Amino acid sequence: MLHIRTYLTAISLFVGVSLLAVEEKTLTLAGSTTVLPIAQRVAEEFMELHPDVNISVRGGGSGVGIAALIDGVVDIANASRPMKDEELKLARERGVNPVPTIIANDGIAIIVHPENPIDEISLDQLKAIYTGGISRWSELGGTNRPIVVISRDVASGTFEVFKKLVLKGENVRPDAIRLASNKAVAVTVAKTPDAIGYVGLGFLSPEVKPLKVDGVSPTPENVISGKYKIVRPLYMYTNGEPKGLAKEFIQFILSDEGQNLIKELGFVPVRLPK
Amino acid sequence: MKERLIKYLLLIAASLSIVFIFGICFMLFNEGLPIFRHVGVIKFIIGKYWYPTSEPPEFGILPLILGSICVTVVALLLAVPISIGTAIYIAELAPPGIKELLKPIIELLAAIPSVIYGFFGMVFLAPLIQRVFDIPVGLNCFTASIMLSIMAIPTIATIAEDAITAVPHELRMASYALGALKWDTIRSIVLPAAARGIVAAVILGFGRIIGETMTVLMVAGGAPVIPRSIFQPVRTMTATIAAEMGETTFGSLHYHALFGIGVVLFVITLAANLVVDWWVHRHS
Repeated sequence: MLHIRTYLTAISLFVGVSLLAVEEKTLTLAGSTTVLPIAQRVAEEFMELHPDVNISVRGGGSGVGIAALIDGVVDIANASRPMKDEELKLARERGVNPVPTIIANDGIAIIVHPENPIDEISLDQLKAIYTGGISRWSELGGTNRPIVVISRDVASGTFEVFKKLVLKGENVRPDAIRLASNKAVAVTVAKTPDAIGYVGLGFLSPEVKPLKVDGVSPTPENVISGKYKIVRPLYMYTNGEPKGLAKEFIQFILSDEGQNLIKELGFVPVRLPK
Repeated sequence: MKERLIKYLLLIAASLSIVFIFGICFMLFNEGLPIFRHVGVIKFIIGKYWYPTSEPPEFGILPLILGSICVTVVALLLAVPISIGTAIYIAELAPPGIKELLKPIIELLAAIPSVIYGFFGMVFLAPLIQRVFDIPVGLNCFTASIMLSIMAIPTIATIAEDAITAVPHELRMASYALGALKWDTIRSIVLPAAARGIVAAVILGFGRIIGETMTVLMVAGGAPVIPRSIFQPVRTMTATIAAEMGETTFGSLHYHALFGIGVVLFVITLAANLVVDWWVHRHS
């Protein structure tokens, strides 16, 4: 049986501590799982340089970040695709003015299991695989095994860009596996010999094999030169021009230090840092 | 005076449940109505394609309903024999020491968060199933069903065990007195007497499994397609809501469609619970 006094003390302690926590400056980011490693890494550096700042970053997909910005619950929306017309319209209805800042460039790499004999693929073949025209690896000159098609959920900006650039707007085949993040795709492809998937450049690792698309490898150099075709800028959206803490953070990403971090992570900087 | 105050405070506490249930019910149907008006209830439920973000969007949830059912049925097929077997063992055959050990361990299974089950399924069980059955991918209905059946065992087993223990001792004694052996007694006397409670346990297990979200989200594969084999990736109603709710903006058609799925799910679970109630009180 809890004494009323004990109960009140516990409540006031809790409220007191929470008020103390609110003293620091906070910045919240949410959205693209492609931008996530960049945001997290830069946030770490930034918090080290500014100990009174607390930055929280979460994923969920570009769609989630944009929805959160429109609903006014997040400071910066990370997006690996531009906002759609309906989203811009809804934002304006809510009095939100989304302003994008390009913080990096990225290519979408097509990956398969390291033991897959296939090394390259054409954009047409890729489209056919993802829309249902091709279902077995033998149709590409590989083994006679079914292709396990791995795609992303509807919240994914990477998916939207892939759909636009590769599928030319057509729907993904219904029996494609949907995973929630770039990382999940990379991990699943690494463990599934018959799988094919797509991830941002920063998610390439020795555990998966990137395919050449129309003869071009997915490397930062080929993205910058324009030879690799499946490319997209990575955005951070703010409500209005970035100001205050958000402005400082974004400027840090665009600085030489930030752009070097982006290079380290395997992505493509917006400009060549010194 | 103090008695009256306590009585009213407790009444308020109890009424809160009623408030919550009606509140949630109302909100679900209210937010789900626009999609039914836009697509039509029949077309929504039997539509074969779920492409909520395409232009134009398609809102057919038949693959999702069948995905939920597929995963639930297979999970029940695995869980029910194990749970009832466990219940019989604990109630009738276990020595007191083992009984004291088994009951808390089974309850511990229920205490493990579903995201842990999902993680375990995704990282450990799925690759294992992929190797053992030589199938293209381990993220499918079967793997999800295994994880779900493990999660349902505590629910079904504890309620079934209560039902079996509740069978009056006199019935057993009478059976032994007539010369029947232990297993005959269990089979012909105790189980039929406990049948109502056991069926209730199974139906509650059904409700638990069909409502499970995190595990299926991580393990079932997420393909909104009508399942043709249990080794195919599937997508359930619950996983769809969880995966896509964050992306929709408040008030969009997709948002209402997800609530529509919630309505369908709610109706199915409500029906299951009503059946339990009716079944249990049938002879009372």
